[in-house]
Amino acid sequence: MAKTHDHSHAHGHDHAHDHDDHHHGPDKGVMRWIKTTNHKDLGTLYLWFSFIMFFIGGLMSLVIRAELYAPGMQFIDPEFYNQMITLHALVMIFGGVMPGFVGLANWMVPMMIGCSDLALPRVNNWGFWILPFAFTMLLSTLFLPGGGPAGGWTLYPPLVLQGGASFPLTIFAIHMLGISSITGAINVVVTIMNMRAPGMTLLKMPLFVWTWLITAYLLIAVMPVLAGAVTMLLTDKYFGTSFFNAAGGGDPVMFEHIFWFFGHPEVYIMILPAFGIVSTIIPTFARKQLFGYDSMVYAVASIAFLSFIVWAHHMFTVGIPLAGELFFMFSTMLIAVPTGVKVFNWLATMWRGSMTFETPMLFAIGFVFLFTIGGFSGIMLALAPVDFQYHNSYFVVAHFHYVLVPGAIFSIIAAIYYWIPKWTGVMYDERLGKIHFWLSAIFINVTFFPQHFVGLAGMPRRIPDYAVQFTDFNVISTWGAFLYFIAQFIMIYNFLRCAIWRKGMVPATSQVWEGAHGLEWTVPSPAPYHTFEDPPHVGDEPAAAH
Amino acid sequence: MATHAAASDPSNRRYFVPAPSAWPFMLTVALGTILYSVSMYLEERHPGPIPFVLGGALFFYIVFTWFRGVATESETGQYSAQVDRTYRLGMSWFIFSEVMFFAAFFGALYYARELSVPWLSGEGSRVLTNEVLWPAFENIWPTNGPAAIGGDFKTISPWHLPLINTLLLLTSSVTITFAHHALKEGHRRATILWMWATIALGAVFLYFQASEYIEAYHELNLTLNSGIYGSTFFMLTGFHGMHVTLGTIMMISVTGRLMSGHFKPESHFGFEGVAWYWHFVDVVWVGLFIFVYIL
Repeated sequence: MAKTHDHSHAHGHDHAHDHDDHHHGPDKGVMRWIKTTNHKDLGTLYLWFSFIMFFIGGLMSLVIRAELYAPGMQFIDPEFYNQMITLHALVMIFGGVMPGFVGLANWMVPMMIGCSDLALPRVNNWGFWILPFAFTMLLSTLFLPGGGPAGGWTLYPPLVLQGGASFPLTIFAIHMLGISSITGAINVVVTIMNMRAPGMTLLKMPLFVWTWLITAYLLIAVMPVLAGAVTMLLTDKYFGTSFFNAAGGGDPVMFEHIFWFFGHPEVYIMILPAFGIVSTIIPTFARKQLFGYDSMVYAVASIAFLSFIVWAHHMFTVGIPLAGELFFMFSTMLIAVPTGVKVFNWLATMWRGSMTFETPMLFAIGFVFLFTIGGFSGIMLALAPVDFQYHNSYFVVAHFHYVLVPGAIFSIIAAIYYWIPKWTGVMYDERLGKIHFWLSAIFINVTFFPQHFVGLAGMPRRIPDYAVQFTDFNVISTWGAFLYFIAQFIMIYNFLRCAIWRKGMVPATSQVWEGAHGLEWTVPSPAPYHTFEDPPHVGDEPAAAH
Repeated sequence: MATHAAASDPSNRRYFVPAPSAWPFMLTVALGTILYSVSMYLEERHPGPIPFVLGGALFFYIVFTWFRGVATESETGQYSAQVDRTYRLGMSWFIFSEVMFFAAFFGALYYARELSVPWLSGEGSRVLTNEVLWPAFENIWPTNGPAAIGGDFKTISPWHLPLINTLLLLTSSVTITFAHHALKEGHRRATILWMWATIALGAVFLYFQASEYIEAYHELNLTLNSGIYGSTFFMLTGFHGMHVTLGTIMMISVTGRLMSGHFKPESHFGFEGVAWYWHFVDVVWVGLFIFVYIL
């Protein structure tokens, strides 16, 4: 994505101090990418990796949708179907969404707070390069006898323990992903706490930085818990422990508790940076300050806190005590309060703004509408007695795809449209961008809206066959999925034009967007290989995220 | 890790951004090789020892090289006060992540004792679980569950070796603090001696822990297979022992650096980071002593 400057920024020469002067410009060839310690290079690597994983995970979803085009078995056997739903989730969550946000953090956090790089650049490189290895391990299981993991991404025992040769590779891949996330998150937290330019006080930080600070905190808190949970699975299978074995005094439900203690904060790990992106884009194109900056910060912090005390709403039907059902139902519904604050603030920001609707703004507004639909179905699922009916139905699938695709993924797309002129120095094709948005917005609803209906009518998730009365809605859903997938090639073409085939593209100014504020717009487009080696001074104007 | 904050005006210095480096990539190669060969081994696909040994050797080589590189950068004064803060914050958050890792296993212990074992014995609304599935199973701790997995076992008395180990680790937290004070006052010889004392205490702890495991396996029939008690006992104390081992290696490494003249009274975060880590394993042990051994 990034076309970085080649000319030498020979900063060290005018600097009498004792720095090693290694980092002029980028090295040449493939070793540049393997050895790089530059946050922009690593951001680019993360984003390309995320792209590739979205493509692989998307292909898997098409296999699933093709199989569900009609009742009965069509193309694949049920075992392979199970492998597809398991790997689709793992690839999209750990390979697509999370690295996408980390790539954006790599690119933007140092430029937004005015520092030269992330605090620990070599660790940053490590965090990235773990990912291709981990996913090679995970996806290689498809070629083992017995195929890939097939117990669902939540890895519930005892089912997951019955997997074949894929099991230890899946567990170790998750360990590696955990190392990557934890190192990356420590890097982001330390960068934000320690590297802000003079005058960049906490409540002046752009909201994208704020949301990432809190996301990184969540990552450090819960990824080790996931590592512990999968380690217990590993020892239960190979070393005779009884953590999840009732005959030995353990409990398979205990895995669900530990897993979802990780899993629910993980849900917010995948949406808080999206909140930050939307809170950055909407003020730019409404040409107004963000409404309620401080309340946005406190809302994100509240959501993060609440995420630790809601996990058992994923387990209402498993047989937890009544007091547990009630506690987790009410704590879950409490999340609607800070989330509502955010949605109303976004609407209030747009209220009487002089709005224009460039592609990033379209995706941001699409986010506000469609994510909110996912939020509403979430409130329905939060009601324990109601969840008894919805649980493990396609309604749940519709719910979390609404918050993940037009939520998290739309925000990543919006962010790339928004910042790619800064990264590459050229404007993307606005007409293609708008076509891409409308096709995406239409087909994502065609894909997932009917799933609410089949879910409420009783179609279970994770089953490759269904009763004939669900056929019509599944046909619509499958058409939507294929057309959505095809529409993404418009975006890929558009971004490749910016990154590689730049002939005839319009150069971007350093300001790029008339209404944009923040330090990243004070550096040229494309941003030089090194920015803010000498920190800028941030003045007394109000918070940067207006 | 230490800085030369006083050597030049820290406010004027650019943040240290390292040159491109192959260490992280090589570390990932090593890690991937190790985990892949262990996976194959667990699934009895006979990878042979060669990939594991090569991956392990590369892993240790890179870790050594990387840390030596950081020590050199520090000692040649490339780190500003801001870099020093980075390491402090980074180490704090790393220790927090370790706390959360142990929290998962402590959580499993509390869950078993407070919920799953009582439920199996029919507590609350689980009468039928007990009557139908596991009649006659009673809520007692320690337990290896209704199926008595692993057979009868005895537990280790907290008041012999575990008590001695507690005293050893608590003492070692004091000795490493003495070492730190000696370093701050510029008494290098005393620092080194206190460090060796701390390392010796850690090593003796590990020796006792190993002999306790041997006793458990050979005389008490307490093994990793002994139901939920054996699972939580060995996983908690085992991960703690691994962390003590790592902490001892880290202390040996900073002591080696002290002996070759590294660190200054006013700047020595490499030393302090190890001390923080050591206090962390000490606190975890106190938790283990109370919740695993005594209660």
